[in-house]
Order: sequence, then C-alpha cells, then structure tokens
Amino acid sequence: MSDPAVDPEEVRHVADLARVDLADDEIERFTEQLGDILDAFEALDDVPETEREAELSNVMRPDETRESLSQEEALQNASDTEDGQFKGPKVS
Amino acid sequence: MTAYNGYITDETIEGADDGPLAAKTVAVKDNISTEGVRTTCGSAMLDEYVPPYDATVVERLKDAGATIPGKTNMDEFGMGTTTETSAFGPVENPVAEGRVPGGSSGGSAAVVAAGDADLALGSDTGGSIRCPAAFCGVVGIKPTYGLVSRYGLVAYANSLEQIGPIAPTVEDAAELLDVIAGPDEHDATTQEAPDADGSYAAAADGDVDGLSIGVPTELLDGADEEVVETFWTALDDLEAQGASYHEVDLPSVEHAVEAYYVIAMSEASSNLARFDGVRYGQSGGYDGNWNDSFANAREEGFGEEVKRRILLGTYALSAGYHDKYYKKAQDARAWVKQDFDEALEDADVLASPTMPVPPMERGESLDDPLTMYLADANTTPVNLANLPAISVPAGETDTGLPVGLQLVGPAFGEREIIRAGSALA
Repeated sequence: MSDPAVDPEEVRHVADLARVDLADDEIERFTEQLGDILDAFEALDDVPETEREAELSNVMRPDETRESLSQEEALQNASDTEDGQFKGPKVS
Repeated sequence: MTAYNGYITDETIEGADDGPLAAKTVAVKDNISTEGVRTTCGSAMLDEYVPPYDATVVERLKDAGATIPGKTNMDEFGMGTTTETSAFGPVENPVAEGRVPGGSSGGSAAVVAAGDADLALGSDTGGSIRCPAAFCGVVGIKPTYGLVSRYGLVAYANSLEQIGPIAPTVEDAAELLDVIAGPDEHDATTQEAPDADGSYAAAADGDVDGLSIGVPTELLDGADEEVVETFWTALDDLEAQGASYHEVDLPSVEHAVEAYYVIAMSEASSNLARFDGVRYGQSGGYDGNWNDSFANAREEGFGEEVKRRILLGTYALSAGYHDKYYKKAQDARAWVKQDFDEALEDADVLASPTMPVPPMERGESLDDPLTMYLADANTTPVNLANLPAISVPAGETDTGLPVGLQLVGPAFGEREIIRAGSALA
C-alpha cells in the first residue's frame, strides 16, 4: 500500500487554491474521504496510453457586433453595484 | 408544491398558443436558465439568482407551445446520484416509499412519475437523466454530445453534459427530443445530426425484428442479483419480438467511473470558480482581502458534495498531479470511446442495467461518497464516449422497486435506441 494520499495540510492547501474557507471539522472529514477517493483513482495507473482521435474542428463566426445583455441586465444579480459597474468587497 | 419536494420553484411559464407541445406541461430542471424565473441549481449560492435570458431549450419549449409548471429540484449543481444534496431538501421517490429518486435530475423524474408534469427536462453529465428515470420507473434520454444546445445550462462539466427529455413513454420522450434537438449558434459544440430529416417520435414504432443487441459483460458483473434477473427478463422480451443478443467485452469500462470523476471534478473546479458573490450569487457581505472574502462566501454558499468535488478537481489539476490523474483519465476516455465504437460495429445497440442497484434507501449513501460514485459505473462510460443512451423501465424487483434498462447507440443513433426502447415502454 502507498502512503495515505492526502494529509490535512494538503487539504488545507487545495482548499486555499480553490478559495473555500473550510472549517476544521470539514478539513478532518475531507482528509479521510479524499484519501479513500484518491486511492480509488489509483486504478487509472493501469490505463494504457491511448491515442485520441482528432475529429474536432474549430467553429468560427465573423467578428461582428451582435445583440447582447444590456448593462442593467448584466448587473441585476450583483450583490452591490456602483455607477453601472460591479462592486467587489472593500479592501480596507 | 409537491409532497415529495419535486419543485424548487413552482411558477408557471406560458408558451406559445400553438405548437407540437401546446397541450403539454414540461417541467424544467433548475440548472436550466429561465428568463425572469429564479434558477438555483439546488444551491444556496444561487437561491436568489434570476437569469436575464432563456436557455435555448427553454426558448424552443415556449415556441413549441409548452407550459412550464416549475423548476425541478436537483442535487446541488448536478453533483449527486440521489437528489439528497439539494440546498432545498431531498426529493422522495414518489413510486418507491423510503427510497431515493435517483439523481441528479431527481425532481424532473419524480414530477413525471407522480403525474404532476407530462414531461420534463433533465441534464446528464454522468447519468443524471438515466439514473432517476430508472429509479422512478420512467423513460430518460441522454442525447449524443452536440445534439442539444447547452446554452443557458449552468455548467458543471461541459465536455460531458447534455440536456435531455424525461417522459412516461419512449414516444413522449422522443417528441420532446424533436423539439429541443438541433444546432444553436450560441453553443459551438452543437452540430447537425447526419440524419436530421424526419422525427425522433416516428422512430418509436416498437419494431425490433432483426435488431442486434450487444451485452457488455463488465456492466453486469457486480450488479445486484434481482437487477440482473429483471434485465435478462427484459432482454428475453426483446428476443421474443425478433431481436437477438450476444455478449461483448469492453475492458476499458472497468476504469470509466474513476476517469469520469477525475474529468468531471476537474471541469467543475474550473467552472465553479465563477461563483465569488460579486457578479451573482451570495456574497455573504464580507470585506477585506478579496481571496479571503471569496473563500468565506464560497464556504457559506456551497454544500458539502460541491466542496468535495471542487477540492478533488483542484487537486487533480494541481502541479505534480496533472499527469497522474487528469492525463490518465483522458487516456481512459479515449479508450472507452474506442471500445464502444468497436462493439457498435457488430451490434445495433448495447444493453445493460441502467443502474447496478435498485433505488437506495434515503440517507444511506450521504456519508459514503465513494460508494455513491461507484453506483454510476454503467452510466458514466456513455458520457465519456459522447454517445446517446436511453433508460426504459425493465420491470421491478420482488419488493416492487423499479429497474431500468439502458440502451446505448452509435453517435447520433438516437433513432436506434428509441426504436429498441419503444418495444418495452
């Protein structure tokens, strides 16, 4: 068996990268669960390198202006706005 | 509202006076945008979010004359197999007391099964239409990737998901597919089906004479005994109507569910980065360092399963782990696709139980996420392979729990699976 896949510090680090401020009891629970899940993902080590068919092609359109949301519509779900713009948290 | 908590919002949206769905009610999963009617994705993060535009499929429903009776309950952001992770409470299975309705489109399947809506739209990223259809004893179709527009669908894992119909019969589901299918300039991943002429509903003629069915043995291994028994009884029924079946090997599917979760979680971690409470969603009113403010808002707004998937996706994509998880999962995806394409050279459709188990008891899988993930073993390979699949009722276990039969077709082979499925439901 390999070492436990993750420790609490790693979970904290990943949560930090993902911008989720986990509570301590969540860190504890997630450390155990993520360990089990990542162990299961180990099965992917057995997958052979496989060529991926390139059947995709880009879809382009002319670079022309077209109808879009109005400024008012775009702002209607914002928690805070000012002068027709989104307003983020106060830094200080 | 319904006793089994099928709707999050039950505001009626009227469609055009005339059209193919003029006499029908079509419930819409709450991750599909409806202009002026809140669209929560089953999340506290979006409990007050009101889209300023309609999803393309909603426009098409309205143009077809459908009445939308409400927005259906779902696992938060589509992340779940039981519709128990919704911030608006779990959905109960209206046809199997004490059991889950399946997920993540559990509300959509439940309202159809209970007769509270004629039809419904769900979305299927790894089985989220087919699983609840199977658990509630109704029909669900996951279309070929690119057949139905995702414009206005709040993204969970873009490369895997499709919107599709849930209905009491295969013909009803096909009629709804006729309305929503087809290219959309707002979704560059849509394309014209090679045989776009003619309707899907017309293919529901129940004619399976000469139909060749492949049965992937890997998708029966480890399945519940009664589920397997019910599956074979349904296949015997198809055989009696003129179909034939043979066993096929799909070695790659042994790794599909792991590959699916790595890819879906990775895409989710990127997609859900947009919820910071500034442009939309709950901000929590925090001030100070933006990273901290956003981390507080996201801790409050997201439920546990969503956090779990964001963390795992972030981990799988982080420096040092990308090749081990994400790249390997993409190899597995290509392998699964090859396996299915080869098997479909010698068979018209592939058949398996939709879910390896009957509907779970409520609350059973919440503390054990890994077991819940593994229940998606038969549905996730189809999303990895971009193929169409249908779940039709196959019968019931001895205690009366619904069992679904899944039929998988070649890319844009919706008519094949509709025809085969219509011989059973």
